Amino acid sequence: MNSETVISQAPVSAPAQKAEQRNHFKEKFTPYGFLMPYFIIYGVFGIFPVFFMIYLSFHLWNPVEGLGSMEFVGLENYVLGLTDPTLWQTMWNTLVMAILSGVPQHLFALPLAYFLVMLGSRARHWLTTAYFLPYITSTVAVSMIFYVMYSKDSGIFNAVLLYLSEAPLTAWILSGIKESLPLGWVQENSLIRYSVSFVVWWKYVGFNTVIYTAGLATISQDLYEAAKIDGANNWQRFRHVSLPLLQPFIFFGVTLTIIGNMNLFDEPFVLTVGGQFAQTNGKTISNYLYQVAWQWLDMGSAAAISWILFVVIGIFTAIYFYLFGRKGLGGE
Amino acid sequence: MKAHLKAGITALSLITATAFAADIRIDGFPDYDTQINAIKDGLSQHNVTMLKNNHGDHHNKLKTNLATGTGAGDVVLIDVGFVGSFVNAGGFVDLTKFYKDMAGDYASYAVAAGKGNDGAQYAVPVDLGPGVMYYRRDYMEDMGFDLDEVMTDWDTYIDYGRKLKEKGILLIGDAGALANAYYRFNTKEGEGLYFDADGKSLVTSERFVRAFEIAKEVRDGGMDGQISEWTEDWYSGFRDGKFATQMSGAWLLGHLKNWIAPDTAGLWGVSNLPAGTYGSWGGSYLAIPKQAKNPEASWDLIEYMISEDIQLAGFKNIAAFPAHTGTYNDASFEEPIEFLRGQKARMLFAEIVDNVAPVTPMKGDLIAEDLINQALEKVLNDGEDIKKALNDVEKQLKRRVR
Repeated sequence: MNSETVISQAPVSAPAQKAEQRNHFKEKFTPYGFLMPYFIIYGVFGIFPVFFMIYLSFHLWNPVEGLGSMEFVGLENYVLGLTDPTLWQTMWNTLVMAILSGVPQHLFALPLAYFLVMLGSRARHWLTTAYFLPYITSTVAVSMIFYVMYSKDSGIFNAVLLYLSEAPLTAWILSGIKESLPLGWVQENSLIRYSVSFVVWWKYVGFNTVIYTAGLATISQDLYEAAKIDGANNWQRFRHVSLPLLQPFIFFGVTLTIIGNMNLFDEPFVLTVGGQFAQTNGKTISNYLYQVAWQWLDMGSAAAISWILFVVIGIFTAIYFYLFGRKGLGGE
Repeated sequence: MKAHLKAGITALSLITATAFAADIRIDGFPDYDTQINAIKDGLSQHNVTMLKNNHGDHHNKLKTNLATGTGAGDVVLIDVGFVGSFVNAGGFVDLTKFYKDMAGDYASYAVAAGKGNDGAQYAVPVDLGPGVMYYRRDYMEDMGFDLDEVMTDWDTYIDYGRKLKEKGILLIGDAGALANAYYRFNTKEGEGLYFDADGKSLVTSERFVRAFEIAKEVRDGGMDGQISEWTEDWYSGFRDGKFATQMSGAWLLGHLKNWIAPDTAGLWGVSNLPAGTYGSWGGSYLAIPKQAKNPEASWDLIEYMISEDIQLAGFKNIAAFPAHTGTYNDASFEEPIEFLRGQKARMLFAEIVDNVAPVTPMKGDLIAEDLINQALEKVLNDGEDIKKALNDVEKQLKRRVR
C-alpha cells in the first residue's frame, strides 16, 4: 500500500512542482506583462529617439534621400551649431520671452492663489476652474484667436488703442504712440516678444495658480490664527506665513516654467504664421531647429541643435537648483 | 461575324485589363480629391483611391515616407516648392522612358523643373500657376491711369503707387512680394534662383539688390500694409479694396470669385507683371516613389491624369491650370471671364506659360529661400543696409549648404 502510494505520488509530484514553478513565474512576471504596452510605447517613442538623436547628431542626413544616405561627419554639426549666429539669436529670443512670460506668471499667480483661498472654498473651486481653462485649451487654437485679436486692421487690441487715443480722457496718455497706430503686434520685431509672452502668460498663469492654491491648502490654519493673535495683518500673514511655507511649490512651479519656456514652440510659430513675420526677434530655438530639420532637411544639424538646447536647459536648471534647491526641496 | 469579332475583342481587352489590374493609391492634397473622384472611373482597368491630407501635412508625411522608405502612395502629388529638393533625392522612379516622347506637349519650363541634376525626369507637371498681376480696374479709371502706362516698368508701377497713396489706397498688400517676384522671374538661362550652374551663390548679384530696392522703396513710401497672404487681413483687403494690385497665380481667380471677395466681381482685371515680366506662382507635379510596388500601373494613372481630356476636365473641375499646352486651343480658353469684367484672361495665362523662363532647381534652394526672406524682413522692417543683409546671407549659405 505504502509503496503503491509512493509510486503513484511520484509522477504527480513532478507536474505539481512544474505547475507551482509556472505559477511562481506567472505571479512574478504578470505585472510586467501588463506594464508591457507602456514599456513598448515608451521605448519606441521615448527612449529610442533619444539614442537615435545622439547617433544622428554626428551625421549629415537629408531624410528625403532615405536612411541609406547618412554620412558620418564627426563633430561638424556641433561646430556648425555653436558658431551659428542664428542659433544664438534664437536662443536669446527664447530666453527673453521665457523671462517676459515666466516671471509675471508667478508674480501674478501667487497673490491670485492667496486671494482665491481667502474667498472660501465655493468661490475658489469655480474660479480656479475658470483660471485653469486656458491651460487645457489647445495652444494652437488659443494662438490663432490671439492672432486675430492682434491683427493690424481688424484686431481688438488696435481698435481699443485707437479708441482710447481719441477719447478725451485718455488721449494724452496715448499721444506718444498715436502716430504709429495701428501697431503691428505680430509683424514688428520690436513688439513680437511682448505679444508672444502675453499669450504664454495668459495660458499658464492658471496652471501656476492651481499649484499655489493646492500649496496654500496644505498650510495649517493654526499658523494663520497664531499670526493673527500676534497682530499680523493680511499682508504680513502672506509674507511671513504663506510665502516661506510655499517654497517647495514655488520651486516646483518655477522649474516647470524654466523647462517649458525654453522649449517654447507653438505660440510663436502660430503668431508669426509659421515664421513669416518678425523672424529676427520672434523665432525661438525650437522654431529654428524645426526649420533646420523639416524645411532645410538637415536632420543632423537639427539633432545637434537640440542637444545644445538640452545642455543649456540643463545648465539653467542646475544653476536654479544650486541657488534654491535645498530650500525649495524642503531641506535645511 | 462582325458581332463575334467585337465580342472577342471586348473579351480580350477585358482579360488584358484584369490581368494588369492594380490597386493604385495616390497621395495628395485638396482639391485633387475632387478631381480624382470625378475622373477615376475613366481608368477602369485599375482601382484608384486617394489619400488626402492638407497641403502641409501631405508634404511632411511624404518626407517621412521617403526617410523610412515605406508608406508612400503609388503616385504622389508634389507642390512645385518641394520639387527641387525631391528630384535629386533618389527616392523616385526615373520616368524618362515613359515621358520623353510626350514631354514636348507640356510647358517646357515646368518639364525642366521636374528633372534631376542628372537630366532624368523624376516628376512630371500636372498643373501650372501662371503668374499675373491682379489689379483694380476702377482705381485706374478713377485716377485716369492706363494699364500699359502703369505696367511699363517697375518705376512706373511704383509711381502709380504714390498716386494711390495720396488717395489712401495701398499699392500692394506686402512689399516683400515685389522683391520675390523680381528676383524669381528675372533669372538668366541656365542658372538657378540662388546659385549659378557651379553652385556658387548669386544672392549678392544685381538681381537681388534691385529686388530689395524695389520692395524698400514701396515700404518706405508707405505704399504697402504688411499684409501677409492667406490671413484674414488679406481677405478683407480684397473685399474692401484696401490695395489696388496683388500678384499671384491664375488659380487665385477661383478663390476670389468663390469665397474671398465674390462681391467685387467686375472690378478686377489681370495683367502681366511690370516690365513685361512673365512669372509663375505654384503648380503641382506627379511622381512615383521607388517604394511603389507596380510602377507600370502607377504610370498608367499619371499618363491618364496628364492626358489632354483629363487636363481640361481638371481645369473645369478644380481650376487646375493644364500643364498640357495642347489644351490651350480649346474653345473654353476664349471665354470671357465675368469676374474680370469680361476679360479673356485664359489667353493671357496661356501666353505666360509659353514664356516663363526655366529655372534649374539647386541643392540649397530651400535654405537660401528662408535666408533671403529673413534678410528681406531685416531690410524692410529694421532698416538694415541691403548690401550688408545680402552679404550676410551669402556667408550663411557658404556655411550651411553642404
